[in-house]
Amino acid sequence: MKELLLGKLDKNALPHEWFTIGGSVTFILMFLAVVAFITYKKRWRWLWDEWLTSVDPKKIGIMYFIVGGFMLLRGALDAVMIWLQQSLSAGSSHGYLSADHFQQIFTAHGNIMVFFVAMAFIFGLINYIVPLQIGARDLASPFLNTLGFWLFVAGVVMVNMFFFLGGEYAATGWLAVAPLSGTQFSPGVGVDYWLWSLQISGIGTTLGAINFIVTILKMRAPGMSLKKMPLFTWGSLCSMVMAVTVFPLLTATLFLLFLDRHFGSHFFTTDLGGNAMMYTNLVWMWGHPEVYILMLPAFGVYSEIVSTFTRKKIASYASNVIGMIGVSAFALLVWLHHFFTMGSGADINAFFGLMTMVIAVPTTMLFINWLVTMYRSKILFKTPMLWFLGFVGTFSFGGMTGVILAMPPADFQLHNSLFLVAHFHTMTIGGVLFGALAGISYWFPKMTGLRLNERIGRYAYWCWVSGFALAFVPLYILGLMGATRRLDHYESSTGWQPFFIVALLGGILIMVAIVLQVVQVIATIIQRKQLAVSGDPWNGRTLEWSTAPVPPAYNFAVIPEVTGSDAYWDIKQQASKKVVYEDILMPRNTASGIYISAFAFLTGFAFVWHINWLAIVSIIGIIAVIVSRNFDENTEYVLSAKEVEKIETERNKEFASKQHDIKKYEDADMGLIEFIRVVLNWALKTVRLKK
Amino acid sequence: MARKHKSNKSSNTIGLVFLGILGLALLIALLLQGNNVALLNPKGQIASNQYNLLRNSTLIMLILAIPVLSTMFYFAWRYREDNPKAVHDTGKTHSKKLFVFLWTIPFIFLVILGNGMLRANYDLDPKKPIDSTKQTITIQVVALQWKWLFIYPEQGIASLNLAEFPVDTPIKFELTADEAPMNSFWIPNLGGQIYAMTGHSTTLNLMANSLGDFPGSAAEINGEGFSRMNFTARSVTDSQFSQWVNEAKANGQVLNWDAYEELIKPSENNETSLYSSVEANLYAKVLIKYMNVEGH
Ligand code: HEM
Ligand SMILES: [Cu+2]
Repeated sequence: MKELLLGKLDKNALPHEWFTIGGSVTFILMFLAVVAFITYKKRWRWLWDEWLTSVDPKKIGIMYFIVGGFMLLRGALDAVMIWLQQSLSAGSSHGYLSADHFQQIFTAHGNIMVFFVAMAFIFGLINYIVPLQIGARDLASPFLNTLGFWLFVAGVVMVNMFFFLGGEYAATGWLAVAPLSGTQFSPGVGVDYWLWSLQISGIGTTLGAINFIVTILKMRAPGMSLKKMPLFTWGSLCSMVMAVTVFPLLTATLFLLFLDRHFGSHFFTTDLGGNAMMYTNLVWMWGHPEVYILMLPAFGVYSEIVSTFTRKKIASYASNVIGMIGVSAFALLVWLHHFFTMGSGADINAFFGLMTMVIAVPTTMLFINWLVTMYRSKILFKTPMLWFLGFVGTFSFGGMTGVILAMPPADFQLHNSLFLVAHFHTMTIGGVLFGALAGISYWFPKMTGLRLNERIGRYAYWCWVSGFALAFVPLYILGLMGATRRLDHYESSTGWQPFFIVALLGGILIMVAIVLQVVQVIATIIQRKQLAVSGDPWNGRTLEWSTAPVPPAYNFAVIPEVTGSDAYWDIKQQASKKVVYEDILMPRNTASGIYISAFAFLTGFAFVWHINWLAIVSIIGIIAVIVSRNFDENTEYVLSAKEVEKIETERNKEFASKQHDIKKYEDADMGLIEFIRVVLNWALKTVRLKK
Repeated sequence: MARKHKSNKSSNTIGLVFLGILGLALLIALLLQGNNVALLNPKGQIASNQYNLLRNSTLIMLILAIPVLSTMFYFAWRYREDNPKAVHDTGKTHSKKLFVFLWTIPFIFLVILGNGMLRANYDLDPKKPIDSTKQTITIQVVALQWKWLFIYPEQGIASLNLAEFPVDTPIKFELTADEAPMNSFWIPNLGGQIYAMTGHSTTLNLMANSLGDFPGSAAEINGEGFSRMNFTARSVTDSQFSQWVNEAKANGQVLNWDAYEELIKPSENNETSLYSSVEANLYAKVLIKYMNVEGH
């Protein structure tokens, strides 16, 4: 009876080790604090109506950033824990973590950083910026977009769920290689949590990607042919096309692994005809394109930034576009470079090695393209440009190590070593994360009407860059010394310990950088009067800059006409036209995405614990919500021309009071000391008032 | 006045960056004192060639990377908006010539690097026997949870967590696994890696060029005992090797099927041990264990 009701769930599943107790208590406290705060401020209604059920891609974009930001903190904490263990655990000392805990932490770290930080930031940027850049009022399917976001959130909850129930996460590495991830070697619920967290969020990604492809292809402003599309939109389009191609593959692979684990089939097991090599192939057919799914929008961000801050058109727009398409096409043909060492034979290795090296051609071309753009330009040095230069330094290094890894004979020696770990962190941090941070600082004025505090931003930037060098240069060297990745212990005679300690210091510096970025945002809010800017603070070139900051739900009161690849630049050169307002059809907010995701979460949870009735009920729930959503005809409303005019007049009035010249208040940004003073003052005042 | 102040600030930053790079380089150099960087100090023929490929391709890439990067940073500094000396021209730059230029340069490097890669790829194919006047020795490797079993079919002995072989002699490792997830076999000083997987036999040819003990490891995550699944690769003289074989024959344990079944149970931190005799065709039997169902 109990088994029928609760499956395998029992008392033992409750937290009973320091690491799960600590985790669950922290999460519960944070959750309660947020609930208390919102209740105190009486903001529940507002939160639900304005944000959670919103179908506005701009709001969804911001929510992606917030969730991604929290996950970045969580992932960075994992990283410091990993390095702390590795710094301590040499020779007779065994550190503070068991091998099993250690392995769970690096697995969670990888999953969180790729799926819930990098993907979150990239999707956040695409959501906010792409519709604005192409002059669209909303997406092809606003509903699919909220659904995608909430499935992503369900994945985030699932990845943290093991703290509360089960007490273990997968200890298999972020891709859960078979047969290690089968029930023979991983009988616990850890791999199931891993599986369902990726499965649910992955389906969300596929839906989101379809939506953005259709939006970009069908909803561009009149005159914007594909050849005039901004480069960030191009990067996003390439990325989303790749996502649609490979995410279904991940879904299928995970489904087969699920069948193996849940129903005892033998797709990837060692015995009874299972083929673990098949899993490796399938997972990397998705996994390699995934890294470029993250990278292409980042390439787009850099191109936008270089063009804007050098005040020049990108040197060769055509090359840039061809390069990005080339990268996405070839990225589908290189997956085997992740396992040259499987012994496939020299011919196969030669083909995949060569294809991988071919990818370096368009990548190098992009660099030279940016270089030529900078020639004789007039560079405005703001943090986005700094991020770009940081990216140039790190990414070119990572690209070279990538080309080395692409040569099978060299890869035999470097595969699974810390050199490889250093390579992909150089790419994912120096390329993707810097790109996301560059993008956020570049578009922050658009999203909030405020320019980010430059001074603290620079401190954060330098901490990031030096923390990064301190953390990962030792890892390259450790790899050359023969250190494999994922070690929870090693002999002291190896001489590795000092390098791990330096890496740990680098990790701590990165933590400082992240904290500084939080400080930067708070400082910006404190100085919101001085830092308010116009809709076009950088003298931008693409359409998103043509709207006043915090664009209205409908983005454009009047759909712009596009004449070139730098649409807004061209518009700025022309005399302004008289505006005529029109009725706008708007999508209504909906909670269906939240309900479906909640049921999807329950489905996954039910499968993790073998609670069959719950799985059935939840699946029926999902179907019911989808059906009722389809019968709902009241999903849109009309905003009349009059109302639009009213909103626009008000916005323009408020906007006119903001300062337009960004340089005027250049030195107004508060520094760290000023920040601490202000915060202390505020705290003292609150305490005094209470008394 | 304000302008002067600004450019001072940017040169300060540049100075600090250089100092930082220098400091990091010094720190690394200091920490490296007395350490052996295995991949840069190869002790075997394959590892030496792999190192050559690594070094040469790095140098070739630097020929492109150094000018591009230094020009990039120079331009960033030179064309900053408040530099009165720079010529600013933000007009059009696109042209056919530029297009060709942008693509040709990386393409040339692809041809050079790709060429080197292909040659090395076939040269250093792990399956390819190594040329030598000396007879190749075969060692069959079984990756277990969490230890390495080395079977010497020609000598009729076996050893655990220790692979001993004569120097300057081609060694052919044949690898598989039993009751274990995928493993990766790596001896950084001599070359590597290749996977060891249940039901499959992979091949890795290596040859040591100097005497000594070289650390070997399991490089692919494989469960709790992962970090402790190490072995020693010992390169010795011919006479030492025959001595070692004799010692195994004289003092080793017996590795019959029952003993083997006992051995494959998961265990960590196993001492090295020697086996005087081995179940006939043990390696083949281990492979067949996983093959009969599939039918190929
Ligand atoms: C010039 C372009 C690049 C080349 C030639 C390249 C090459 C490679 C190769 C050959 C490997 C496999 C090494 C091994 O497992 O032994 C690898 C691993 C990896 N690369 Fe790259 N790469 C490039 C760009 C990138 C980018 C842009 C990213 C991310 C945004 C990235 C992320 C990764 C990751 C995450 C892994 C390893 C994952 C794992 O094993 O857990 N790479 N790269
Ligand atoms: Cu790859």
